[in-house]
Amino acid sequence: MKSLMLGNEAFARGLYEAGCSFVSSYPGTPSTEITEYAAKYKEIYAEWAPNEKVAMESAFGASLAGRRSFCGMKHVGLNVAADPLFTIAYTGVNAGMIIAVADDAGMHSSQNEQDSRHYAIAAKLPMLEPSDAAETLYFTKKAYEISEKFDAPVIIKMCTRIAHSQSVVETSERVEPEQVPYEKNGAKYIMMPGNAKKRHPIVEERTALLTEFAETSDLNRIEDGSDKSIGIITSSTSYQYAKEVFGDKYPVLKLGMINPMPVKKIRDFAAGVKKIIVIEELDGIIETHCKSIGVDVQGKEIFGCIDELSQNKVAQKLGEETEKGFSIGEDVPMRPPVMCAGCPHRGLFYTLKKNKLTVLGDIGCYTLGAVPPLAAIDSTICMGASVSGLHGFNKANNGSSDGKTVAVIGDSTFMHSGVTGLINIAYNESNSTVIILDNSITGMTGHQQNPTTGFNLKGDPCAKIDLESLCRAVGIKAENVRVVDPYNLEECDRVINEELKKDEPSVIISRRPCALLKYVKHPGPIAADPDKCIGCKSCMKIGCPAISVTDKKAKIDATLCTGCGVCTQLCKFGALGSGKEA
Amino acid sequence: MKTKNIMIVGVGGQGTLLASKLLGKLLLTKGYDVKVSEVHGMSQRGGSVVTYVRYGDKVYSPIIDKGEADIIVSFELLEAARYTEYLSPEGTIITNTQKVNPMPVITGAAQYPENLEEKMKNAGIKLDAIDALALAQQAGSSKAVNLVLMGRLSKYFDFTQEEWMTAIEQSVPEKFISLNKEAFRLGKEV
Repeated sequence: MKSLMLGNEAFARGLYEAGCSFVSSYPGTPSTEITEYAAKYKEIYAEWAPNEKVAMESAFGASLAGRRSFCGMKHVGLNVAADPLFTIAYTGVNAGMIIAVADDAGMHSSQNEQDSRHYAIAAKLPMLEPSDAAETLYFTKKAYEISEKFDAPVIIKMCTRIAHSQSVVETSERVEPEQVPYEKNGAKYIMMPGNAKKRHPIVEERTALLTEFAETSDLNRIEDGSDKSIGIITSSTSYQYAKEVFGDKYPVLKLGMINPMPVKKIRDFAAGVKKIIVIEELDGIIETHCKSIGVDVQGKEIFGCIDELSQNKVAQKLGEETEKGFSIGEDVPMRPPVMCAGCPHRGLFYTLKKNKLTVLGDIGCYTLGAVPPLAAIDSTICMGASVSGLHGFNKANNGSSDGKTVAVIGDSTFMHSGVTGLINIAYNESNSTVIILDNSITGMTGHQQNPTTGFNLKGDPCAKIDLESLCRAVGIKAENVRVVDPYNLEECDRVINEELKKDEPSVIISRRPCALLKYVKHPGPIAADPDKCIGCKSCMKIGCPAISVTDKKAKIDATLCTGCGVCTQLCKFGALGSGKEA
Repeated sequence: MKTKNIMIVGVGGQGTLLASKLLGKLLLTKGYDVKVSEVHGMSQRGGSVVTYVRYGDKVYSPIIDKGEADIIVSFELLEAARYTEYLSPEGTIITNTQKVNPMPVITGAAQYPENLEEKMKNAGIKLDAIDALALAQQAGSSKAVNLVLMGRLSKYFDFTQEEWMTAIEQSVPEKFISLNKEAFRLGKEV
């Protein structure tokens, strides 16, 4: 049956059809939906792990047990899981194992633009790179075959434009592979030096065999063109842009397997054309390979290594004309993402800004606390970095920053890798105050459950981490673990100041469920009283999209306002929440 | 046929995704090759959002580039103005006249530009502007803006009423079908 599927949905369909029965992932845009769609198949056990390292190790365990397994993550998640990755590369698998990594060229929802293809080369693992949803489905099934034939986990590299684009796929039935019996094999699975030394040559042999496979596999295909003055080597979404611009004009070598890459196939292709242009996003991975095998190509000198490509960029860089569109002759104001109306983070960030604190931030919706007018965050690096960064910052300052600096981290991010930083704070005794923004969900990626919510990926009730107990258990004194309601500005201000004054590490849990959660009941919109409003704009300090001031009077957008009451507490004149809308 | 390009733009949370899914399904049943690109993650939080719908005999790129859009459907007036560079020389913008202030306007760092409809027309753009919010409210819910605009968009296609209705039935929850059909009708007929 033909249907339209997101690349990520097609990935899940491929897992299903190939008989995958174990999925463990951590959410991260643009990879999240693979696991969400996989969870809809009752034949697949699917879970959210606390982080990508745990997910990958769990998927390895499932493979060891003899079941086809999967773990998915965004590009920066693979950094977290890099430790198991490099050693699973040595042990190989028992049943097939697939690792999805979704890059975000153009940084639509990410903190860096790393090219994850480097990992496949560094870890010496096969990597496939599909260019649309149909290929994603096909490559997923193919990846299990490769994984089992060559005894290696296979990485499938997605990117935003493949993961989040729907295209036409044809589905088929699921195969149900027999469980592969587990047999003790220390030489293969116990990676202590003596064994690992014997595995490394096997890895190198495997790469040689995979290179042979790459020469003939249908994953790498040549599409002929009428004009042999140029030959294009490309992959992934760049292939689509190249075909969009040139159609069947130039011959194209389309690589579906990006590691290892073929040698003879590329040389033969090069022999049939005058010159070769490599079109690839971000780094020159294909280009470097071509040059290393003595094939002269042009790539990054034309396209650069920054941002995602598009058909116009490809066309313009290669001297083709493109349309211009219309200009209305004036700048249109930006519309950056903002914290939602009723967002529980808002009151907390207002308090941090008011107290002029240095705030080490983390990864999640609350990164938007960096945006004016709140502008309360000093740094954002990666998952967990707020907590460990705070420790280093305070230690290095020898006490001078202790009462003026905090870390902010979400509940899911804290479980991911914040808790280890807190252990360091307790263990090495820095006088640090960590604020956990507990909105009872993984927000930014679209409401995924996590170990603090009490529900699993399938929505069933499960064990729930008690954050207060956890903080105490790692060594924070009971009286220094506090809970505040971020809708209550007085309480936030008082408790934050009390904890900052102490000469001991402390944790403040700012607790309120995400305003977008379906079960959250809001009081409903408030109204602004134009007779009481003097136009002082105090209410504008919190950057709420439901509040505006026109003609020196505050106005509430009733379609957005949830009635959280944070602005009401800022108005000294009782104009918000008491009167009638003008 | 040459690949056709429809951009759906708006403010995160306005329901642009549903519109693109509906359109994608309908185009698929008509036998076209179809690609629909969405935006997820951070930009969804009240930011400017774009969805690309492309169809034809064979569609390659999942995205629409500057100067390529045959039709831009905008859920908000400022967003229509933001993406005029993407309109093809013969293209049309269908826009909701509703204004939603972005944060820089709310904080006073920027002004919401005045007379945008006029400015777009003066730039030579074919503009089809309707008050989709009022029509959606007339149909029964301010959330039906997306179906009002789909109704408007349907005038630019030669698909039958029945085909559109089937696509609506397949895309919206059952209890909202009649409301959405009414919104569609209002958008088409006004």
